[in-house]
Amino acid sequence: MTAIRRFLPGWLSSYAVLYLVFLYLPVIFLPIFSINTAATPKFPLSGVTLHWYEDLPRTPALIDATWNSLIVGVSASTLSTVLGILAARSITRYRYPGRRAINGLIMAPLVLPEVIVAISMLLVMLQLGLSLSLFTVVLGHVLVCIPYSMTVLTSGFEGFDRSLEEASADLGESAFGTFRRVTLPMVAPAIISSLLVCFTISLDEFIIAFFLTGTEATLPIYIWGQLRFAAKLPGVLALGTLLLFASFVLMTIAEILRRRAARRTQNEGGLYA
Amino acid sequence: MATAPVRPADLEADAPRAAGRTGARRFSFSEYAGFIPAVVLYGLFFAVPLAIVVAYSFWEVVDYNVVHNWTLDNYRYFFSVPTYVTTLWATLWVSVLATGLTIAIAFPFAYWLVRYVPRKLQRVLLVLVILPFWTSYLLRVMSWKVILGYNGVLNSGLMGLGIIDEPSTALLYNSTAVIITLTHAWAAFAILPIFVSLEKVDRTLVEAATDLGDGPLRSFLRVTLPLSAPGVISAALIVMIPTVGDYVTPKLVGGKDGVMIANAIQAQFGKASNWPLGAALSVTTMIIVSLMAGATVLVFRALQRLAR
Repeated sequence: MTAIRRFLPGWLSSYAVLYLVFLYLPVIFLPIFSINTAATPKFPLSGVTLHWYEDLPRTPALIDATWNSLIVGVSASTLSTVLGILAARSITRYRYPGRRAINGLIMAPLVLPEVIVAISMLLVMLQLGLSLSLFTVVLGHVLVCIPYSMTVLTSGFEGFDRSLEEASADLGESAFGTFRRVTLPMVAPAIISSLLVCFTISLDEFIIAFFLTGTEATLPIYIWGQLRFAAKLPGVLALGTLLLFASFVLMTIAEILRRRAARRTQNEGGLYA
Repeated sequence: MATAPVRPADLEADAPRAAGRTGARRFSFSEYAGFIPAVVLYGLFFAVPLAIVVAYSFWEVVDYNVVHNWTLDNYRYFFSVPTYVTTLWATLWVSVLATGLTIAIAFPFAYWLVRYVPRKLQRVLLVLVILPFWTSYLLRVMSWKVILGYNGVLNSGLMGLGIIDEPSTALLYNSTAVIITLTHAWAAFAILPIFVSLEKVDRTLVEAATDLGDGPLRSFLRVTLPLSAPGVISAALIVMIPTVGDYVTPKLVGGKDGVMIANAIQAQFGKASNWPLGAALSVTTMIIVSLMAGATVLVFRALQRLAR
């Protein structure tokens, strides 16, 4: 028993290190093999090259997919953040019957298998006579982004001191003026953080885009198509590395902003524990 | 995943409410209003679609056309074809194993984080744990393919070390590969809830158990573990539900043996183009996921009671 007490911290620490290695393992291999001269990813590396990266801008299908992803990402993140602001404002400010039920409805897509969410949306869009396009992908992404956007925004809106708004109104500012000059600056970091989180989710989302897009591919769909060809792997790895890097940067900024927002309204919590 | 709404806002909200009661109930519409766009969107593109899927599962296909005749044939057919039933069982098995494994390897890490790491470092490590999971799911699964493949990292590494003579084909394209990939893909979603519940465990209770003569192992089993059950339960649910419906992982690393129910569903809506059957598969999957979720909660509750 004393052996457990003496050696446990040591064992656990080495286990923790191994576990972190396990978590980062796949993420590390993408950049490593993206600069390998050989097309098959194996050790030892046959040589270092930036060739695969140089090829990327010369692929028209990839450029199209990038534009599509940017269009979808910007529209989906803007829409879900606007809807998230309205909903989060309502949920943090007022208390009325059914509030939790409505919140539950909005969170529901997170607890259903994504494939089912995707096919049910596909069915309804075909029933409504909407032809599949980037627009239907945006709708689908808005649906999966709002739960995240709401979580980020509620943590930014909670604990918001309403007397500041009242003071502004008392001093003669109009409702819109109060919103623009008092409310907005206070919650701006949360809003930007929500935009970034939603953009990242949309940029990386595959299943829903796979079902709901017509002929236009987003980046993950482009990658999915390339995976069938072994010779295309290094290009995919290079593209993947760039996407990985973009996600890291966006999420880090989002997290810093979210913390700043939480500090501003004296509140902790949210997406990251 | 929803964080509970905050108390201060609730308290403050009483003021306009009281005003609303005396005045002309001015609060009702404007307060709901913020939710309306989102609710309309979710109604139209989430709740209604689910209802349509359920309806589809009871419709007939005649000459490649969906006819609105109510029938149970889709379900009957589904359960009469061995392939579908085996796929369903295999899916549940893989998802249960992956969930169990994810929790089993995440728990010691979360425990270490709570017990032996200073608070400041805890936050940093948590961010470090979550960061890889904000990258594309597709890319992470693809890297496992690179790691486990015939010419992959693991094979070439093992050969380089002289442990094996020729590449092993046993690593990729089977359900083990699916389980490994899923265990990695959902790790963060297990660590967070377990961490939160372990953090809430009152240390004085553990000390009390030690003072009363329990060794470290027994106090862990009888105090810490049962008290962390809520975190383990939510981790189990958060991991299990999406893994049952996963499409990408079985498709990329599962091969023939690793086919899961989501692949079968997709096939019905794609190539096979038998939507009612696909809908029946989806509804069955949803029902089974709910049953499994319920069963998980009950099993863990029972274990928790047993441990005390």
